[in-house]
Formats: sequence, C-alpha cells, structure tokens
Amino acid sequence: MELDARYRFDNYVVGSANRLAVSAARAVAQSPGTTYNPLFIYSSSGLGKTHIMLAIANHAMHLQPELRVQYSTVDEFVNELTEAVAVGSVEAFRQRHQRAGMLLLDDVQFLAGRRETQSEMLRLFDALQRSGTQVVFTSDRPPSEIADLDERLITRFSGGLVVDVAAPDYETRMAILRMWCDERGTHFEQGVLEAVARIAFGNVRELQGALNRLVACQSLTGTQVTPASVRALLGERAEVGAGVGVGLAAGPAMSGEFASFISDVTEVVSQHLEPWRVRVMDAVSHWRAAGFDTAMLERLLESDIAREPCSEDEVDGALARYEAAVERLRSVAADAARFGPDTVPAHLLRDPERLAEAERALERAATVVDVLPGPCERYARADFEVGPSNQLAVHAVDSVIEEPGAKYNPLFVHGGAGVGKTHLLNALGNELLGMSGGSLRVACVNARDFVDELIEALGERKIEQWRARYRAVDVLMLDDVQACVGKERTQEELFHLFNGLYSLGRQMVFSADRAPTAMDGLDDRLRSRFAGGLVVEIQPPDDELRRKLFARGLAAAGIQYDAELVDYLASWSTAGAAELRAMVERLVEGARAAGAPLDAALARRMLEGESGTPEAGPGVRARSVARSSGSMAAIRANGQAYDAIFLDREKVIWDWPDIAGRAIEELR
Amino acid sequence: MPLVNYATREITCKIVYYGPGRSGKTTNLHYIYEQVPSARRGKMVSLATQTDRTLFFDFLPLDLGSISGFSTRFQLYTVPGQVYYQATRKLVLQGADGVVFVADSQARQLEENIESMQDLHANLAEHGMDVRATPLVIQYNKQDLPRELILGVDVLDDALNFRDVPAFTADALHGHGVFETLRGISEQVLRRLSGGTPGAGRQHARDTVGSV
Repeated sequence: MELDARYRFDNYVVGSANRLAVSAARAVAQSPGTTYNPLFIYSSSGLGKTHIMLAIANHAMHLQPELRVQYSTVDEFVNELTEAVAVGSVEAFRQRHQRAGMLLLDDVQFLAGRRETQSEMLRLFDALQRSGTQVVFTSDRPPSEIADLDERLITRFSGGLVVDVAAPDYETRMAILRMWCDERGTHFEQGVLEAVARIAFGNVRELQGALNRLVACQSLTGTQVTPASVRALLGERAEVGAGVGVGLAAGPAMSGEFASFISDVTEVVSQHLEPWRVRVMDAVSHWRAAGFDTAMLERLLESDIAREPCSEDEVDGALARYEAAVERLRSVAADAARFGPDTVPAHLLRDPERLAEAERALERAATVVDVLPGPCERYARADFEVGPSNQLAVHAVDSVIEEPGAKYNPLFVHGGAGVGKTHLLNALGNELLGMSGGSLRVACVNARDFVDELIEALGERKIEQWRARYRAVDVLMLDDVQACVGKERTQEELFHLFNGLYSLGRQMVFSADRAPTAMDGLDDRLRSRFAGGLVVEIQPPDDELRRKLFARGLAAAGIQYDAELVDYLASWSTAGAAELRAMVERLVEGARAAGAPLDAALARRMLEGESGTPEAGPGVRARSVARSSGSMAAIRANGQAYDAIFLDREKVIWDWPDIAGRAIEELR
Repeated sequence: MPLVNYATREITCKIVYYGPGRSGKTTNLHYIYEQVPSARRGKMVSLATQTDRTLFFDFLPLDLGSISGFSTRFQLYTVPGQVYYQATRKLVLQGADGVVFVADSQARQLEENIESMQDLHANLAEHGMDVRATPLVIQYNKQDLPRELILGVDVLDDALNFRDVPAFTADALHGHGVFETLRGISEQVLRRLSGGTPGAGRQHARDTVGSV
C-alpha cells in the first residue's frame, strides 16, 4: 500500500498524553528491529495511532531509503490472505511479508474471532521475529482486551512495548489548533482558539470538526468569530465535548461552576507551569534523588521573574552544562576512590558547582600518593635477542603490545634465572608506555617489593591507600611472583587486585622461575587465574641465541671478534643471558689486563686455564670433558655432574645427535 | 507540603478557610462539595457538634484530574472559628498553600472579624510563614442579608483588607461567590508554580462578583 507522506513526526503535536508513544515510535523509526519489537500502540479512535504509525514508516524510509516497508490494515491483510488461499499462493503471500524490513499492521483489533487469520499471523510473526524485522501494531485497545485473540498472539503482541495514546490535554489541543490554523493561513480573534481548546473534546477529529465549523462560519458570514460566540457556534458539539476529555472524562456531567473552575485552573496551571520550567524541575528532582546538589539548576527557576521565560536553548545549555559537570564529578569520584576514602571531601563530589574544587583536591591527592615504579628504561624490546628458546614468549609479548588487556591476560612468563624474564617484562612496559605517549599507567614491580610494601601498609594501617595505588594502574607487571608463595595475606590481596584489574580489562603480566602449576604453596584460585591467560616458558639460551648474545656483548664492549671466538664461546653452556654477559665482561677485562687482543685462543686459556680445568660450573665441566673424550663413561666419571646435563633431554639430543637413538635411562 | 512534586507528577494545594465562628466557612465547603461530581471529590470529613458547629475541622479533597501531565489535587480545610479552638486552628494552618479568610459581613461581627484576622496573622507568624508571601483572599460572606445589617465592601476593606489582597463578596448558603473565591485563591496559589509572588494586583470584589 502506498504510504501517505503527509503523516510525519514534525506535524504531529506531542503532549503529555502521547509523549511516550511518540518517543517509542521515533526510536523504532531510527533503529528498526532493535529497540521495541513489536511496538504496540493503542488508543481510542481519532487520537493519531495511524499518524504515528505512518510517521514511523516515513521517517524510517527517510533514514534508510532502501528499507522495505509493508503497511496494511488488518482488513487488507485478511483480504490478501483470502485471495492467496483461493489461488493457492499462500507461500508467495508469506514470502512477500517476510521480505519486508518493517511491517506495519493497523487496527489489529479486527483480528478478533478470525481464527485462521490469527494462526497465519502467528506463523508470520514468528518468522519476522526470527529475522529481526520490525513490526508495529495499532489497535483501539490493549492486546489483552481484544476479544477471541489467541493467547499466543497476546503474549507476542505484548512482548515488545505496549503504549497508549490518551486524549490531548488543553495545551496539546491548543498547539494542534494553532498548527492547523497556521497550515491553512486562517486567523481568529484573540481568545477564540483558547475557547475552543477549553472544550475538552475526546479526540482530535472532533476538535478538527469544531475548527472546520468555525472556519466555515467565519468565511461564509464574513464576520469574525469571537470567543463569546464559540460555544453558540459549536452548539451541541461543545456541550458534548465539555463532558468528556482530559480532566473531565470520568464521572457524570459536572456542574457548570465546577467545570468552569477546572477550566480556569487548567489555564492558570498551563500558564505558570511552562514546559521549560517542568523540564528544569524534572532535572532538579532527578538529580536531587541521585544525591547531587541542584542549586545550580534551581537558580534558573529563581531568575528574575519579570524576565521573559527561558528559551529552549538556554534550558538545553544549562541542563547540558549541569549534566557534564555531574559526569565529571562522577569520574573524579571514581579516581578519588583509588587514592583512598576522603581523598576528596564527599560534599564536593555532590556539588557540580564545586567541580573545580573537587578536581583540585584530586590533583593534590594524586601528587601526594606515590606512583608505582614504571618499567626500567634500559630494557628495550629491540635489545632483546630472539632465538628458538624464547621465541614463544617474545611472540606473546608482541601480541600483548598490540592489544593490551585483550589477547593474553594475564601473560605468565616463567624460566630459570637470567633467561631474560625481567628484560622482557620491562621491554613490554616500555613499549606500552611509548605507544600510549606516556598516558598509560604502567607499573613494573618485583614481587618481593610488593610483599614488603603490603606488610608496611598493614603496619601503618594504610592498606586502602596501598590497594588504591595498585588498582589505579593500567598495566601491572609483577616480576618473580614466586616470592608470594606461602604468604597468605599477600596472595589474598593479589587475588583481589587481579580480579579488580581483570574486570576493568587491564593487562597483567607475571614472571616466575617456574610455572604456576609447579608452585607449591600458591592458592589454587591464584594458580588457576595465572594459568587462565597464557603461560609461556623461556628456556636457557640455545646455541643460536648464545651466538647472537655473545656477538652483541662483544660488539657492545668494542671488541673486534671473529667467528671462531663466537663459535668457541657459544659452545659454553650458560644458564641464561645474565651469566653470558658476565662471562663476556670477564673475558674483556682479562684481555685488557693481558694487553692482548681477545681471540678464541685467549678465551680458551682464560676460561679453561693452563691445565685445561674449566672455571665454569660442574655442568660446563662435565660437558667439556665429554666433548674432549667423546665417551659416556667420562660423563659418568664426573659423578653428580651429569645429572645437570640431563635436565634437558632435548638439549642433549640436539648437542649430541649420535646418542639420540639411545634411551635416556641407559645414559643415566 | 510541596506544591508540585515533580517526581510523582503531582500538584497538591492545601487551602484553609479561616475566619470567625459562624462566618460560613463550612458552608463554603458544603456548596463546593455539592457541585463536584462524586468521582472528583473525596469523602468530606466534618467533625461537627450536634449544633453544627465545627469542632475540629472540615476536610474536602478535590481531584482536578490531570493538568499539564500533573495529577492535581486540592485539599480544602476549614478551622473552627470559636476563640477557644486556637490550638486546632494553628494545627490546621500548618503547611497551608493558601488561605481564604471568610469574613462575616454583619456589622455586629466586625470585631470578631478583626480579631480572627489578627489571630490568622499571629498563627501564620508562629508557623514561620511570611504573611506577605502567603497567598490570601478575603470573602465577605452573607452579603445577601438586608443592607441595614451588613457593612459595605469599602468599610470591610478598610477594616480587614489592609494588605490589599483580592476580595470577593459572597452568599455561601446559595453559592454566590463561592467558586469565585476558590478560583481567586487557586490562581494565587498556582502562581507560585512559576515562582511569582501572590497578591500582585488587587482584584476588587465589586468588579468580579457584582452585587449579590
């Protein structure tokens, strides 16, 4: 059916009687299928149901020209269905309706008693709901009062939003009359429209009829209609109207005196209860209930009485300023809570006029409270060498840098001493800081400091401040978290801190010397939380990584090195990068003391000594012996030393492919 | 009592009919009660003695329906006029949004009228209400009595209406001037919706009611 473009929201007068319905209708037109689906509008005849419905359609099509809108009355719907049944094209009928992006069905009260149509309606409705199609119904009564309506349809009709449109009140009637007069270019004497509006017509069509009559009288007789002659000209119509309508709708006809009294009171109220004042007072009432001081808004009402009423723009501006201040206060309150209670006095947080004071108090608090230490700047991500032994951890860190708080939260890095956990954590922190331009609050704390600070805070009864400091961070990195093992209170606080930060989507990174599952004395709730993100291990540097690290160390020390030196050094097993750095430093110092250039021979002499006794730990000794003799017996002869070698079976296999096929038990 | 409750969308006006004994306060309420359709009025509570004198107070709630989206109610009270019910009068006056002073137009009642007016001012002051800011209208009742028995509006104005508030002549028994008075006080009270001051502009009895 062709939509009548005359029905729009901008020519529909909104008053207290229809405000809810129009708001809902606008919401539906703006985002069909998402807000109120279905929307069910009901009212007595002549109050604008169809106008609202078509306004939805016109507005929706204006916003989305490609939207397929299907509008029909129930009668048309029934006729179409009957025809479809007659010619055997029910499926096509269904499909046509299901293809619609929005279905508008007017006067659904006529479904009463039509069982077949109702069941078809039910099927169609369910299909439309599944596809998210917006459906709007109108009726002259609420769904539950439609006679002989299938219970399932009643629940479906009521499933979205059911709104009613009541008869217009005096102000709305006045606004409607003025709009019509403007549209027609008709002018009446002062007071005529007021006199018509005062007659409480039960619906808008009667009101239109009354106005038409006055327009006709004025144009036919050529004399101006006067306020006094309104009732006479409208005759019985006025008498009928006076007995019904808003304010007078219920009960038997009242005496002229009381009716006229109510009419006068209505006029006085509408004069003094201007819409802008109602809006301001609504806001006052709302914000006061929310606990905010509203003096700022109340002054708007107390402003010079002789002054012209506030314009809509003034009210909008004042309300927007107030709301913005309230929002800011709320955020100040949230920040203040992090620094502990009473950081900002409660009365400041309730008074938008004292926002500036509250902000200053917050700033003072922020400067007083110690900020947690950030990452150490000397650990850069670019300086972190990647090899097969740590590439998974590095990859995880890079992912966190890309999407902090989203991808791997928490990230748990574990590995032996000196493998680069601390470097990696700090490098991650520095990257995040750099990317955010320094705006992220990144805390990089050693768990031992974490425990010490907690104990201190407990002793000084400053646990709230301690918590606030930690909860304020955007990224928390806790190094050597194994220091928390066996410390119940620390674990409890860490658990709450974890939950708090996690719920806010803040990134957490932990490091430890072992995996969470291997930490005895760690609460299960913490263990599961640590394991809930990504747990990655950094293994001791492999051959390739050692080469890179030695090369970098030698270059950094300004040593001219050759491949033989690097190869020799890389053949030394080192537990981690830290040990490796120490080794390079020793060699460099040794070479400087000897006054000779550092080469493989010098390094060998320095590390293995004249007697060939290695200076390194037992693992290295065992290894070098094994290397020189090539026999497993020699390894065994080193007593306890070989146990250390077999800690990592893969490494053994990598280094000595000739024993790869033999069972490890045999080697032991 | 707040005049407007924006949270519940209600306008409630408490209007107290004040005046000397037998001046016709209860009669005013009875006439209003008769004119209001039953659905619009609450039960009129009248605590009267056997001789029809108000012992405590009369209370008539009126439901004016929805006005500008606000459910509007008027609560009309009378006080016992006799001098010895001072405490009751003070109690009823508490929280009043507006006062109708019903004066007895009979010449011999002039003193009682003046005393009652003074009593009203004293009671308002005791409630901490600014007399000048409280909406007030005066009704010169019993204007239907023979001319020789009653005082003219000018005389009554001189004696009672020193604040220059709107005054209305009335014959409450037959209803003349009753709704005009109610309308007058309502207008005064409802002006406060926009923070306007009551009592601005004198509306003279003879202009509004004419002769009764």
